[in-house]
Amino acid sequence: MLVISELTKTFGANTAVARANLKVDRPQMIGIIGRSGAGKSTLLRMLNRLTDASSGQILFQGRDVTALRGAARRGWQAECAMIFQQFNLVPRMDVVSNVLHGTLNRRSVLGSIFNLYPDADITRAIEILDRLGMARHAPKRAEALSGGQQQRVAIARALMQDPRIILADEPIASLDPMNAQVVMQTLRRIHEEDGRMVIANLHTLDTARRYCDRVVGMRDGQIVFDGTPEQLTTGMAREIYGASGSFSEAATSTEIETLDKVPA
Amino acid sequence: MHQTTDAPQITADYLAHACQKRMMNMILLVVFVALLIGGFGTANARNAGGFLNGLPNVFDFPADVLGEAWERAHLLPGYFLKYLPSLIETVNIAGAATLIGALLAFFGALLATRGLAPAPRLVAPLRRVLDVLRAVPEIVIALVLIFLLGGGPVPAMIAIALHTVGALGKLFSEVNENASLKPVDGLESVGAGWLQRMVLGVVPQVAPNYLSYALLRFEINIRASAILGFVGAGGIGYDLRNTMSWGQGKFDEAAAIFLLIFGTIIIVDQVSSHFRNSLTHGRAYQDKGAIL
Repeated sequence: MLVISELTKTFGANTAVARANLKVDRPQMIGIIGRSGAGKSTLLRMLNRLTDASSGQILFQGRDVTALRGAARRGWQAECAMIFQQFNLVPRMDVVSNVLHGTLNRRSVLGSIFNLYPDADITRAIEILDRLGMARHAPKRAEALSGGQQQRVAIARALMQDPRIILADEPIASLDPMNAQVVMQTLRRIHEEDGRMVIANLHTLDTARRYCDRVVGMRDGQIVFDGTPEQLTTGMAREIYGASGSFSEAATSTEIETLDKVPA
Repeated sequence: MHQTTDAPQITADYLAHACQKRMMNMILLVVFVALLIGGFGTANARNAGGFLNGLPNVFDFPADVLGEAWERAHLLPGYFLKYLPSLIETVNIAGAATLIGALLAFFGALLATRGLAPAPRLVAPLRRVLDVLRAVPEIVIALVLIFLLGGGPVPAMIAIALHTVGALGKLFSEVNENASLKPVDGLESVGAGWLQRMVLGVVPQVAPNYLSYALLRFEINIRASAILGFVGAGGIGYDLRNTMSWGQGKFDEAAAIFLLIFGTIIIVDQVSSHFRNSLTHGRAYQDKGAIL
């Protein structure tokens, strides 16, 4: 389904992602872990084509995504929704308008400038918000919401795109543990109910273990681990994070429950 | 997850609201277009010859200038040298006026920003002073000063500097309002004085914007000082007035002067964007491979 081969991104002398290879043959929920600067964000941004790859290839169902230009590239971006750490909503617009932005790829410039969305789209946007428990916030401005609520609006915008893949770049890194849990559960539910592929950058191990079918570990731009959560041993985790023997999983945890656990 | 049963109600409310908003937008658009057409009609009616009748003649003057300049293009390098001293005088007037104006505006802006000013009572009166400085056209101040002090570059410089204080003072204080007060709080907590707080806490945040506004003002002031040459302040404006009058056969020299002014503005613009970039991003910008 999705094949990444020898994907590389260099910024001047620095290599952010080095010859990454990944093969996904069915819609899975994949967690990418690694410490800051390991190249996780760059990998996701290349998938969405926010950043151009230096070399290598991304194939989605046989289509070469890296070669798309102009309208075809924007069409791919509509199929491949992105969720950001800082939500990246338009703060001064209301929640429904922000969700409707998910349809911009198929709307004309003039129609979207004058906010002329079809009633059917508005109805669907509020349905999606209702599914995420956010319908009563529909007329509020995005900036008036809490971080967790804003992230759910961002997820609603992604769902409005009706995407094949949802990319989530550190979706819970700015959230408190309770909201983090709600957002991760939402992503998991979307994966299970809609069968969409979800690829999430996570900087905590236990989140990846708990919610993902498959974990990919990155270190210094290279993919150093690819397997199921069960295969991810503490020794492997130490290698991914470049940590010493004192490393314990609880140290990277944001979940409340793990604080009581004995370090693995 | 918790789904509300009143989603249809919310949808209906939102749709009604959206419909209302679209209606308002439509009305505003119609009013805007009507005003545009009406305003054009009024202006056209008051115009001596009528806009559309005069339109074909608009390009006669530039065509004359360009035609003459093209015929005697080989003389242009000579004219550049001939008018270089007056250009330097004009740029000099603008430079001195911008420097003095920006310095006064810097202090004026700090004193006129709510939250930063040491004497909050003075904020409103000081803002009115800046308003007045901005409101009086520099050509009026220059004419008065030329009458009092005699012609020359100094009255022009003072006139432009006064206007610059008003204009930059307002812009600087608006920049100050957007600066974060957190560093200022931090410095106050260690017992720093007002001037220390301003110079060390506020200026590093606002310096790039100050610089870009000051350089923009410098460009505007070059033009202003060229115009003041028309009323006897010297510099390249004086030469431009002499060469541009119809029937003197000096359009080639006028074209040379235009090219000089144009070139100066381009150089100032390029230099300013260079400094602005290095100030905004610093040296770390290049080290990071210019991506962040």
